[in-house]
Amino acid sequence: MSLFNVFNIAGSAMAAQSQRLNVVASNLANADSVTNSNGQPYRARQVVFSTLSTTTKEAKGVKVAGVIEDKSPMKVVFDPKHPMADAKGYVTMPNVNVVDEMVNMMSASRAYQNSVNLMNTTKSLLQKTLTIGQ
Amino acid sequence: MINKLNQTLDFYHKALNVSAARHELLSSNIANADTPSFKARDVDFTKTLQNAMSFNPGNMTATSTMHMNGDRTFRSIASSELLYRIPQQPSIDGNTVDMDTERMQFINNSVKYDAGLTFINNQFRFVLSAIREGNA
Repeated sequence: MSLFNVFNIAGSAMAAQSQRLNVVASNLANADSVTNSNGQPYRARQVVFSTLSTTTKEAKGVKVAGVIEDKSPMKVVFDPKHPMADAKGYVTMPNVNVVDEMVNMMSASRAYQNSVNLMNTTKSLLQKTLTIGQ
Repeated sequence: MINKLNQTLDFYHKALNVSAARHELLSSNIANADTPSFKARDVDFTKTLQNAMSFNPGNMTATSTMHMNGDRTFRSIASSELLYRIPQQPSIDGNTVDMDTERMQFINNSVKYDAGLTFINNQFRFVLSAIREGNA
């Protein structure tokens, strides 16, 4: 019954989108973390999605293929009083773009809502299918 | 009479099967809206249903008159019937999912599936009505 596979597909999408939301939360929380346990400033992270094979060959789910570090240049702020400032008075700040992250967050939340909607529609169709002949 | 009922039911049964398979495809498209280089897929409902109606798996060898014919009704979508959606606004990461189109097709397909169920239920209701000679 192919309709049941929709739950797998939508469920995988929800898992992937919630991981994306998790990464966005990490980026936003660390937008001002000038140092981590290695003494380096925080680098923004991004998830990479790829397709996930399901029981049906043609219909694919989603999985997170990996979490990559953002390669964009770090922000440099002139602040000689800062304890992490270098000899010339510059502080290297995380390369988190807060606007990008907010957009990412909205996109993830809408995609999650879409998956919930898929599940609800499929569930009501399946329930109606069970009442054939009644 | 019952033969005719069977014919009608067979049509709706196949229509529901194609509709369910398409429902799955569209769900996959919507789920992969953010996957890089994912290509949205769909089927031509009319053509797939026509193929399903004319599909004949051939008779199984029957060595006794008591043997039954094989199941001729079940058939999912063949890979040759799977098409790629032509993107209206292609994205730079190679993804061709257009959320408006997919949502619209998804709702459209859901309503069609619902309609199929209603038709099947009505067929049963007609027969029941005939059996009860029109009483309730």
